[in-house]
Amino acid sequence: MATLARLRGRLPGQREEYFHRNRAVDEYRKAEHNAAVRIQSWFRGCRVRAYIRYLNKMMIIIQKWWRGYQGRKHFRKMVETAYFIMKMNFYNEMAVRIQKRWRGYYIRKYIHNYYALKKYLEAISVNNEIVRKELEEFAEMKEKEKEKKDLEREEKKKDHQARKMHYLLSTEQMPGVYNSPFRQSPDPMEVRLRKARPFSHRQQQIKKHLADEISDWPTCTSALTFPTMKPLPPIGRQKPQGPFRDTAEVLQQRYKPLEPTLRVATSINSLEKAREEIKREEWRNRINDNKFLPFSSCHKNQEYDPLIHTSSKYGQMTYGIKHFREEHHEKWVANKDFETVLPSIDLFDKFGQTYSKAGQIV
Amino acid sequence: MSQRQVLQVFEQYQKARTQFVQTVAELATRPQNIETLQNAGVMSLLRPLLLDVVPTIQQTAALALGRLANYNDDLAEAVVKGDILPQLVYSLAEQNRFYKKAAAFVLRAVGKHSPQLAQAIVDCGALDTLVICLEDFDPGVKEAAAWALGYIARHNAELSQAVVDAGAVPLLVLCIQEPEIALKRIAASALSDISKHSPELAQTVVDAGAIAHLAQMILNPDAKLKRQVLSALSQIAKHSVDLAEMGVEAEIFPVVLTCLKDSDEYVKKNAATLIREIAKHTPELSQLIVNAGGVAAVIDCIGNCKGNVRLPGIMMLGYVAAHSENLAMAVIISKGVPQLSICLSEEREDHIKAAAAWALGQIGRHTPEHARAVAVTNVLPLLLSLYMETESSEDLQVKTKKALKNILQKCTYLPALEPLLHDAPPNILKHVVGQFSKVLPHDSKARRLFVTTGGLKKVQEIKAEPGSLLQEYINTINNCYPEEIVRQALELQHHPSGCHANQ
Repeated sequence: MATLARLRGRLPGQREEYFHRNRAVDEYRKAEHNAAVRIQSWFRGCRVRAYIRYLNKMMIIIQKWWRGYQGRKHFRKMVETAYFIMKMNFYNEMAVRIQKRWRGYYIRKYIHNYYALKKYLEAISVNNEIVRKELEEFAEMKEKEKEKKDLEREEKKKDHQARKMHYLLSTEQMPGVYNSPFRQSPDPMEVRLRKARPFSHRQQQIKKHLADEISDWPTCTSALTFPTMKPLPPIGRQKPQGPFRDTAEVLQQRYKPLEPTLRVATSINSLEKAREEIKREEWRNRINDNKFLPFSSCHKNQEYDPLIHTSSKYGQMTYGIKHFREEHHEKWVANKDFETVLPSIDLFDKFGQTYSKAGQIV
Repeated sequence: MSQRQVLQVFEQYQKARTQFVQTVAELATRPQNIETLQNAGVMSLLRPLLLDVVPTIQQTAALALGRLANYNDDLAEAVVKGDILPQLVYSLAEQNRFYKKAAAFVLRAVGKHSPQLAQAIVDCGALDTLVICLEDFDPGVKEAAAWALGYIARHNAELSQAVVDAGAVPLLVLCIQEPEIALKRIAASALSDISKHSPELAQTVVDAGAIAHLAQMILNPDAKLKRQVLSALSQIAKHSVDLAEMGVEAEIFPVVLTCLKDSDEYVKKNAATLIREIAKHTPELSQLIVNAGGVAAVIDCIGNCKGNVRLPGIMMLGYVAAHSENLAMAVIISKGVPQLSICLSEEREDHIKAAAAWALGQIGRHTPEHARAVAVTNVLPLLLSLYMETESSEDLQVKTKKALKNILQKCTYLPALEPLLHDAPPNILKHVVGQFSKVLPHDSKARRLFVTTGGLKKVQEIKAEPGSLLQEYINTINNCYPEEIVRQALELQHHPSGCHANQ
């Protein structure tokens, strides 16, 4: 009951309270509504912001981890490449060192070996010296041989001269040309003459006739080009026992060439042959074969042979014989004709009629 | 009685013919008679005597014809035109050796004058008979036939080919082995004439085995034989590397070097020619020659001779040096460069001087060492003066200019370059200044010397277009020196009388 009393006590004011409450509510409804909206929106905002913040944080964490992961991956890659590059550089450098040494070695040994080249060039100079020396010696040897040959030739020539001029030898009575009494010792030529063996006449005859020449004119068949070999000694030669003379001497004596006397050596018709030869030579050297005849008597009966040029079928041309004047009158320089008869010369009239006999025909 | 008279007539006729032919043959030995003989119509008179019954008359007539044809080519043509050749060729086949010799002499005398006459001889079929004569026993016949073949083959390649086709080469090689010296000479000369025209002909000669015998004959003491043998070997070797190598395989080195010391000038010349022909093909062959001491021998030979005999030796040195720098160095240490500069200064003929200049250029062009060795002998001013002389031939000028350029491009030896600064024409001066600009930046002593000797002054005097290479070189040189010195040098140039340069 108490409650009921209380309730009833509040009853009269209820309507106004209800009205005030509704009015209050209505009056402040907008403001309250706006305020509530504001509060709610702000609160919702907070909630959303908190949510977003929360999301952000989560995002950050995720991204942080992801980026860390990427970065580490990248870093690892970078480290790998850097390491790789470092290694390669190192290898390159080492390779360069090796190649440097190798190329140096190879070139120095095979391509441009300085010491080998030096040795080679030294060897060449040594070789050159040797070759030069040997060639010098060779040239000297040749010189000496040539001199020796010249000397021998001189000797042979002098001996040949001595043999030809053996008659200049001095005798008991008369000293020779080369053995003058005013000299201390005789001339060497004198000595040669004493040793020389005189020539026989047949050996002097070197002139050969042309008819025999034809077999000799090309150079090959002359005896000098055939190599003359000395005859070989007989096989199984033992020196014969006993007081025999030297084989060479015996052979020389046995096979001594015949030296016939002059009478035997000349052929029977040598005189005619010589005459023939002289005639032939004279004929060859003669220009005009006609016998030379003296002036006076021999040409008296000879007919005159006219020139072929001036004679024709109709007799001789007169020009050049009867007259010498130009035949075309236009070409004459002067009108007068030549004189055909010259005036006589007085001196010639006295020819043969003076005292002296000079000029007389023999 | 009458028979004897009749016979006497014939005998007189025969005597007359014999005398005529013998006197004509004798007269034909003297050149002054030959004109008269020709005018008297001796050809037509001799021709029927070739067919005479008496063999002596035939032979003497042939001999006389040969002597006449030998004298000049009109007479030789007359022999050809007079249809004498077929008759000779016909009787060559069957007559005795004296006639064969005389007939071969006529063929030689006709064939030596010109290719047309030689062709006429080939056309009348003489080659086969000559080759048959080469097989004869008598060495005189062989010699005459070989001589005729040699003279025919000398003119050109077709005639040589014709001679080879007639089968002469193996017989000639046999002739070389005969003991008679004159026959050997002629056979060697014939082989030389055959092989000189083309490589195929040379190969034919080599295939017949000639090289071994020729190489043996180098040792023979006879000078004329050596001339021919060396000439034959050089004609063979000049064509190709293989032929040259074959020549070398026959072991001619070092025997050939003794021929360089022979007393006969032409033996020396031919030996030098042979070495040159071998050296010019490849570096290996040159190396072989250098190792055998050939370079020293050739240099001595050049020193002993004068005139044209030197030319093959000089060219040989050039060829050897041209192959590689080691060989050029070998030439230098064999004392080749002083000898070449002596040749350059002594000789009168332009072509020898040109060859010496070329050889020096080949030696000096490889490296600075080589150029220095050449420049030390003071040969550069000589080359320059030869280049500048107006009387030098075109060839000499071109060669000296090339040699100078080649040497200068490598020369770093400044004392030798100095005199060139003063006299050289612009195109040479460019190279000289270029060399200075290369050396001076690095060498301080050289810089000092350059100024004291007045080189810097001279360089300032040079006028060059800006931007040209010469101007660049001059700038490089000027940059080596501090400003004052260059200015002083310029002043000196403008006032030569007053100042005295001090650096």
